[in-house]
Amino acid sequence: MDAGVDGDQGVSMHRHPRWQLAGLLAAPVLWLVVAYLGALGVLMVSAFWTVNGFTGGIVREFSLANFRTILGEEVYRTVTLRSVGVAAAVTVICAVVAVPMAFYMAKVASARSRHWLVIAVLTPLWASYLVKAYAWRVLLGNGGPIDSLFGGPGRGPGYGLTATVIVLAYLWLPYMILPIYAGLDRLPDSLLEASADLGARAGHTLRRIVLPLLVPSVAAGSIFTFSLSLGDYITVQIVGGKTQLIGNLVYANIGAAGNLPFAAALATIPVLIMVIYLIAVRRSGALEEL
Amino acid sequence: MTLSPAARWALRAAMALGLTFIYVPLLLVLVNSFNGDRTFAWPPHDLTTRWWAAAWASDGARQALLTSVQAALGATATALLLGTLVAFAVHRFAFFGRDTLSLLIVLPIALPGIVTGIALDSAWRSVMGELGIGKGLLSVVVGHATFCVVTVYNNVLARLRRTGTTLEEASADLGARPWQTFRYVTFPLIRSALLAGGLLAFALSFDEIIVTTFTAGPGLTTLPLWIFTNLFRPNQAPVVNVVAAVLIIASVIPVWVAQRLAFTPGSGPPR
Repeated sequence: MDAGVDGDQGVSMHRHPRWQLAGLLAAPVLWLVVAYLGALGVLMVSAFWTVNGFTGGIVREFSLANFRTILGEEVYRTVTLRSVGVAAAVTVICAVVAVPMAFYMAKVASARSRHWLVIAVLTPLWASYLVKAYAWRVLLGNGGPIDSLFGGPGRGPGYGLTATVIVLAYLWLPYMILPIYAGLDRLPDSLLEASADLGARAGHTLRRIVLPLLVPSVAAGSIFTFSLSLGDYITVQIVGGKTQLIGNLVYANIGAAGNLPFAAALATIPVLIMVIYLIAVRRSGALEEL
Repeated sequence: MTLSPAARWALRAAMALGLTFIYVPLLLVLVNSFNGDRTFAWPPHDLTTRWWAAAWASDGARQALLTSVQAALGATATALLLGTLVAFAVHRFAFFGRDTLSLLIVLPIALPGIVTGIALDSAWRSVMGELGIGKGLLSVVVGHATFCVVTVYNNVLARLRRTGTTLEEASADLGARPWQTFRYVTFPLIRSALLAGGLLAFALSFDEIIVTTFTAGPGLTTLPLWIFTNLFRPNQAPVVNVVAAVLIIASVIPVWVAQRLAFTPGSGPPR
């Protein structure tokens, strides 16, 4: 580690501040701005290129052909809508499951059990993503535990769109619980007592006081649940059966089809949706909650 | 707020159900690693430890584990260096583009992994490929480090903001050289933040599959890649299950370390 440079900072930042700053920033900026942002930029530009149908070579000329195909062909609209639908369903399920759990953790449980509940919710975050998706593949498999719960092989939901939504909700649930728990933890009890003193019943307090104050926390959690679901293509391969999401189409266009420009054009869809989503939730103050 | 006993019970039940939902799949993997049936017939008829022996003997799994550890160590070391440098720059200096830079650090983790993956893949092939450096462990480390920087940066910056610079100024006033101040004052102050950020970075890298798919060249297999390719091979299923069980048990380690450090991980989502 370039410790000598670091050590200078706090001690004598007036001596050669410019050079010290340059020393600190040279490597990270070279990495993140030149390499990473450069790579992203080239990818975005290549969305406007095409592939020569005969040679398979990339034609580096500006063209809107990829975007015309995406907007024109039904399959891309369907898959985009399906992906957004999955991401939205996952977000709603996570919020519905997370709010009561977080409320119990923050406002009902004793201080001692609260500590252990937070650990219990956090621990699965460290377990491998792939292992968790795999666990559900076994659970949902033909003749697996869920089938036997429903009364025999083939009776359960099996692999498909429903399974994809359940598993994605399972994977991202802790990301929803944590911000809501943090939001509720900050909510002073006196506010709830004041509402009760003024004659509101618990349900009324919940609707009029707690839920409105939780909007930024839920929005913060939804950024994770929504964006992580939107970009996913691994879980859907494991438990989705033949279901396709945007990620699968991007992947198929790089791998089998070898059409990088078209894959890049497809990849702009989730990026655009996320940017719009971020702008929309920023109004709720969610970005300060992250 | 005063809740009726019924409401309390309902909330308690919701919490219990939620935790059941979270833990049942993980427990199933642990139980199935002893399931004697190759196709995990449920409920298990006989229990065996032979899959554990088979997994221990599996060269593919071992090699993949080794590759994953190497990649994660490389990515963590790089992220520690870059993240600390940026955190110090952002904390100690005001410069043009500072806000943009802190946004840029979050970008690799905020964008879908597949976008970062294909961007790095095509950039590597067109730049490093020209220089004759093919994809391999190095490109995986580069890819992972790119999205791991944020964990170290967040942890170190938060620590620097909390501690301020007064102790370092005092150290300088007392005649310490810059290196001594770093060695005896600054570093001990940020040590646990580095550990926390490094732990998160390691876990992120160890678990990553999407960026890895695009940055690993042919022939390089990390543990997630190995699991994913073997997931669909029926005769490998018991061994995959044992590896999954091991990873579930291993996930307790960072939680234990985090408890010792008394920090709450929350600086960005793992992939």
